Amino acid sequence: MRTFADTWTMTKRSLRHTTRSIDTIITVVLMPIAMLLLFVYVFGGAIGKQTGSIKYVDFIIPGVVILTVISGIAYAAVRLNTDLQRGIISRFRTMPVAPSSVLGGQALSSTLSNLFSCALVVMVALLIGFRPAADPTAWLLFCGLLVLLILATTWLAMFFGLLARSVEGAGAFSYILMLLIFISPSFVPTDSMTPALRTVADNQPMTPIVQTMRSLLTAGTPGPHIWVALAWVAGILVVSYTLALGVYRRSVPIPAAQ
Amino acid sequence: MDDRTTNAIEVRNLEKGYKGVPVLHDVSFTVGRGTVFALLGANGSGKTTTINILTTLIKADGGTASVAGFDVAEQPAKVREQISLTGQSAAVDQMLTARENLAMMGELRHVTDPGRTVTDLLAKFDLSDAADRRLLTFSGGMRRRLDIAMSLVGDAPIIFFDEPTTGLDPKSRTDMWLTIRQLVENGTTVFLTTQYLEEADHLADEIAILHSGRIVASGTAEELKAMVPAGLVELEFDEEEQLSAARRALGDRHEVSRVDSKLVVATRRSVAEMADMFIRLKDSGIEPTGFSRQLPTLDDVFFKILDDHEKGRHADVR
Repeated sequence: MRTFADTWTMTKRSLRHTTRSIDTIITVVLMPIAMLLLFVYVFGGAIGKQTGSIKYVDFIIPGVVILTVISGIAYAAVRLNTDLQRGIISRFRTMPVAPSSVLGGQALSSTLSNLFSCALVVMVALLIGFRPAADPTAWLLFCGLLVLLILATTWLAMFFGLLARSVEGAGAFSYILMLLIFISPSFVPTDSMTPALRTVADNQPMTPIVQTMRSLLTAGTPGPHIWVALAWVAGILVVSYTLALGVYRRSVPIPAAQ
Repeated sequence: MDDRTTNAIEVRNLEKGYKGVPVLHDVSFTVGRGTVFALLGANGSGKTTTINILTTLIKADGGTASVAGFDVAEQPAKVREQISLTGQSAAVDQMLTARENLAMMGELRHVTDPGRTVTDLLAKFDLSDAADRRLLTFSGGMRRRLDIAMSLVGDAPIIFFDEPTTGLDPKSRTDMWLTIRQLVENGTTVFLTTQYLEEADHLADEIAILHSGRIVASGTAEELKAMVPAGLVELEFDEEEQLSAARRALGDRHEVSRVDSKLVVATRRSVAEMADMFIRLKDSGIEPTGFSRQLPTLDDVFFKILDDHEKGRHADVR
């Protein structure tokens, strides 16, 4: 009971951060929206011919949504690292508050704010011609998979946020995720890549997730990759959760240079 | 906390290294309930490491430490229910208001009347007027006051302060000292680290001096001061001849040094020693134009101990 109450206290704190820094949300959604416009209007003319029956804007929405998540969780990592450096994590760690409450509160508020950012991005996409073929069930599945992805990557972000030696370094891990998104069928079909890159693309976690999201949005069905996609997000979630709690139990601020 | 006979903090032979470099070596001390204990040392002497071990943030490599009767390594959850930590930097949430910061602590500490606790603490720390402003507009002193107020939510019986007055202006420092005194009057045990001898002298019942990860001296401020000459007597002379004569007369029995036109004689706390000094002067027919006595400060103790320590002598007044 106490753990639930404490998790809620922590969630409230974290949500206040989000609602009081609307500029941060704008910064978070600006990059993916810019990417969306760039890909649709600049590269779309050339790449769009290779996406077959799927309109290019419809083709790239899953990738853009995942970019939004990556941009959002990088911010969560930075915020957690700031807490660590300021001694706020030390304060919580020396109090009778469960580690899962401190980090769980962040994860919960990160999920809510990321869903909000994704909704903003999808609305912009609708304005420029995104026309999903998904029925409510498909949308529900899409959102479910998205929430799992947000949770898994948020816990990963918190692990790196607690591990980083500086606030600047805390968000750097997100570049790796960013790279994974580009080396996947998110923006271009993988058959146009070199064989080596294609092998990477076909065997990395983002690929089945993007494929399943795209299938849900354009065909209204989860498609053949859903189980692999779920296995990846569940796996990343369990590993990141364990790692983040493990590093939380040991984290102390880096002493200032003397 | 049922057992009133146990000490608030007991540390035995604590060892801690960091990447093969020893940070703490054979550190032992005891803090009685309701007392103020000061761990005195320079930057890098191991003060924060000691606090981190006692507050369950990091684990020691060897030795034992118990807080409120609970072993910090074996029962960290029990320890956390008895302590509160005020770290070196103000651990306050900048995005929240002062009231929200305190209310959050009230919720996490599960106090019975959070509203009242928050209002009382805001008033006590002179933050009532700024209560609903976000901390972005707060001065350093205000943040520190809020930081301490947050540590007091829930009335933890043992409070740790890591360099509580470093970087504070003189007024804020005096306020901080007053707060610590009030805490102790209400039965709280206070463990603090400091670089300032004056602070330890002013606040602490017991002081331990930490140097390069070792306790090089410990005792009350008075006991520590007794380790150095109880007073330096300054003798003034008009004439150079008189000064030289005095120096010859005292030199074989006393520690004498010359500072400008004055002769400084180190004496211990003994009337006999003082009397001997004056008798020697009288017998030699030397009349100083003036004399004055200086009391030792903890600074003198500190530098003497460091000096002794470099020479390999351990100072233990117990």
